[in-house]
Amino acid sequence: MSQQKTRMVPVPSQGIIPERDVGSEPILECRRLGIEFGGLKAVDDFNLTVGKTEIAGLIGPNGAGKTTITNLLTKVYQPTHGTILFDGKETSSMNTVQVNRAGIARTFQNIRLFSSLSVEENVKIGLQGHMPYSTLTGILRLPRYWKNEKRMHERALELLSIFDMQDLADHVAGSLPYGAQRRLEIVRALATSPKLLLLDEPAAGMNPSETAELMANIRKIRDTFQIAVLLIEHDMKLVMGICEGIAVLNYGRLIAKGTPEEIQKNPVVIEAYLGKQKEADA
Amino acid sequence: MKGLKKTTKVDFATYIGVTIAFIVMYILQSGKHLSNSLSGQLVPICCFIAMAVSLNLVVGISGELSLGHAGFMSVGAFSGVVAGMSLSNVIPSVPVRLAIALIVGALFAAVAGIIVGVPVLRLRGDYLAIVTLAFGQIIKDLINCLIVGYDSRGLHIIFNVSGLKSVTDLHLEEGGKAIIKGAQGAVGVTKMASFPAGYILVMITLIVVLNMVRSSTGRSIMAIRDNRIAAESVGLNITKYKLIAFVTSAALAGAAGALYGLNYGSLVSSRFDFNTSILILVYVVLGGLGNIWGSVIGATVLYILPEMLRSFSNYRMLIYAVVLILVMLLTNNEQFKRWRGSMAEKLGRGKRAEGGV
Repeated sequence: MSQQKTRMVPVPSQGIIPERDVGSEPILECRRLGIEFGGLKAVDDFNLTVGKTEIAGLIGPNGAGKTTITNLLTKVYQPTHGTILFDGKETSSMNTVQVNRAGIARTFQNIRLFSSLSVEENVKIGLQGHMPYSTLTGILRLPRYWKNEKRMHERALELLSIFDMQDLADHVAGSLPYGAQRRLEIVRALATSPKLLLLDEPAAGMNPSETAELMANIRKIRDTFQIAVLLIEHDMKLVMGICEGIAVLNYGRLIAKGTPEEIQKNPVVIEAYLGKQKEADA
Repeated sequence: MKGLKKTTKVDFATYIGVTIAFIVMYILQSGKHLSNSLSGQLVPICCFIAMAVSLNLVVGISGELSLGHAGFMSVGAFSGVVAGMSLSNVIPSVPVRLAIALIVGALFAAVAGIIVGVPVLRLRGDYLAIVTLAFGQIIKDLINCLIVGYDSRGLHIIFNVSGLKSVTDLHLEEGGKAIIKGAQGAVGVTKMASFPAGYILVMITLIVVLNMVRSSTGRSIMAIRDNRIAAESVGLNITKYKLIAFVTSAALAGAAGALYGLNYGSLVSSRFDFNTSILILVYVVLGGLGNIWGSVIGATVLYILPEMLRSFSNYRMLIYAVVLILVMLLTNNEQFKRWRGSMAEKLGRGKRAEGGV
């Protein structure tokens, strides 16, 4: 497997942030992306590039605009400025459904499962875009129905086995424990065969051992499916372990980009998270 | 049976239950063991079971409130009556004509469903309830304006908006016959409906709805109900699936309406008013939202109940209301739910689904 090596430099909070070198063609490229809510710039001048098989991290303190960026990338919000290039294509005319079909899948910070359906059915909904049959085929139960349902069933169990959840297939999704619900969301997103997986605070509410397991699994997913992962996290310690490149957001603006080591030492980042040294002393 | 899924078992139990009930009632009816009033109720019961099951597809499975289901029944009833009557010279066989009438009723109701659904289902919120409520009223007035007759030259239709025209304006030939006479409704309808036809209607409705619910279409519809934003994020076209549920439901209601219309000698559009829509909604809610066999039982019991209470004359609706309240209280009682759950475990395992499909 060829991992794209990234060369990144820490950047000051003012001035132009240099684009990272992501090796070959990037899967995602945000150029001067911005959105205003009635004059309030929630995200401003946001530039980010993610490589084809990169695990990238986007971190920042509470209210920095991380989830807003997820919503911009998946077109829940339409950006007021800038462009998003995904897989070489501009996404400005796409809606949420089309963005997913183009290859961006996401999870949600507040879990959004199909809670009255079974675990397997949740995954099948992600799969069915790739194994479709018509409504009439379903009602008449034509051979195609049985064939595709069987394929979906097998594939769903296969995907669930990534998180060792195949035994939970018949459980109602809403009745699962919290951690399992978070994992199911990732499986459902994976089922749509994405090229880029957006994980919005996947470790929120997990205990340290669950978090460690999750991080290992994210790497496993990248290695198995050869896709890009953009990890959006509030807690910067979590992302240090697995991300190859990290961008730091504060007040809707990028304040730093670099490797985990660089980010950890960057005074601007430390200031954003811990406050100014002077204040800390006082 | 062990290898089958729980949902498959529930479906089969529903089919078998309906079939057994049909056979028993059919034998009793043939042997003249039923009272005249009950015997006359068999076809309407079948129609209202089909109505409740199809409404459950919209209200329970899709999670949208529809207050005009009787409107689609009305469209199906009048188009079905026209088809069934006007084809009497061309197709002498009554069962074939009845089948065609049901299909025509379903098609017309489906078109009405598309006209109502396409603009409304794009919106979020309770707009469908508002629009279907209006639709039920509008369709009643539109049918009151219709004058339809047929003769050897074919079908003649006048749309009597001014209220000045009458059947004579159709200029029917000798031997021609008026089918719908404006506000008088359809008159002189040949009764073509039979109890076996009602049974077949119920079975087709059940198969369509249950098979749809167990397919990717039904899963998508329920996913959208559970979480619209997540459904969009995995690539589901919200409007498309909502429309499929709504139009299918309307078409099934149209078929039920056609059978209902062909069960009576005359038919007026005010029979399919707002009260009828609410009545069907009550069957669905008491049977359990999203619970298909619940709709079958709910419609049967609640349709027969007022008939059985006739001897209480004035107190009839009072008792009916009290029964509704008691059922509501009972089905929402935690202890009763637990008891029912434990009983279901003991009996047969899986004959009853907890909380729906």
